[in-house]
Amino acid sequence: MQLYGTEIASRLMLGTAQYPSPSVLAEAFRRSGAGIATVSVRREASGARAGAAFWDLVRDLDVTLLPNTAGCHSVREAVTTAQMARELFDTPWIKLEVIGHADTLQPDPFGLVEAARVLTDEGFKVFPYTTEDVVLAGRLLDAGCEVLMPWGAPIGTGLGLTNIYGLRTLRAQFPEVPMVVDAGLGLPSQAAMAMEMGFDAVLLNTAVAKAGDPAAMAEGFAHAVEAGRLAFGADPMEPRDMAAPSTPLIGKAFLE
Amino acid sequence: MKIMINGSPTETQAETLDAVLEELGFGDAKVATAVNEDFVSAAQRGQVALAPGDRVEIVTPRQGG
Repeated sequence: MQLYGTEIASRLMLGTAQYPSPSVLAEAFRRSGAGIATVSVRREASGARAGAAFWDLVRDLDVTLLPNTAGCHSVREAVTTAQMARELFDTPWIKLEVIGHADTLQPDPFGLVEAARVLTDEGFKVFPYTTEDVVLAGRLLDAGCEVLMPWGAPIGTGLGLTNIYGLRTLRAQFPEVPMVVDAGLGLPSQAAMAMEMGFDAVLLNTAVAKAGDPAAMAEGFAHAVEAGRLAFGADPMEPRDMAAPSTPLIGKAFLE
Repeated sequence: MKIMINGSPTETQAETLDAVLEELGFGDAKVATAVNEDFVSAAQRGQVALAPGDRVEIVTPRQGG
């Protein structure tokens, strides 16, 4: 899988937040095989070393880092956060979040497009956290995005793919654009379904971090993503309403 | 003068952003900065003069989803 010209071996992308401990985070990443980790920037008090400790931890993961603008509600806030993230993490990649609604954490489509345009013009490689809206997707591509990250469901809900029709339509509308289903996944089966539908990758965090055994869940997602991708490439059968025997009837013994 | 550091009122003798970072003990820590919601790169910090009431943000790498 190529994202902005960079080859990424794994189609599972994993967040770094909410794990019970740094060692559990590291073990979850090891068993997930994830090639990309999302990270953020946050305020640091003088004398604190939280940032340095976290930096040491993620460097040891040996994955590509994708900083986010999580929690930003305005274009200016998102742009400034992205600029700070670029300097801190030394990467032009940015997962762009411009949140428009506090309860659903739904993206603000208008702010998202505007911020995507500003950041693209500044040389960023923008990964927009968006909805399944095809019109919005087109606007984001026009703004310079080369990857789209539609939500499965609102962040942290674990509801899975809540609008199958919308996601299927989006996938079909832009078949050449790399798409990552980002947010809302709770179970490996939901990730497998996204991959079976032809999405290129999935990004999740809470489903792994908040599982009772995050490392086992991470490995479960890794298998599901692999299974779903294989199924997509294997040209699945068409569903049908009526039964069709799989065992040949010819040669069946007549036993009365 | 009094400025805002990460949302908290702070008294400082420093006149530039890099001097504030030094005064607060950040030293060579890996931080990124903004003043009044505008990004200030590490290279620019010595040229950014602060005024009373300025809002300074100092951030570091952190967990994210």
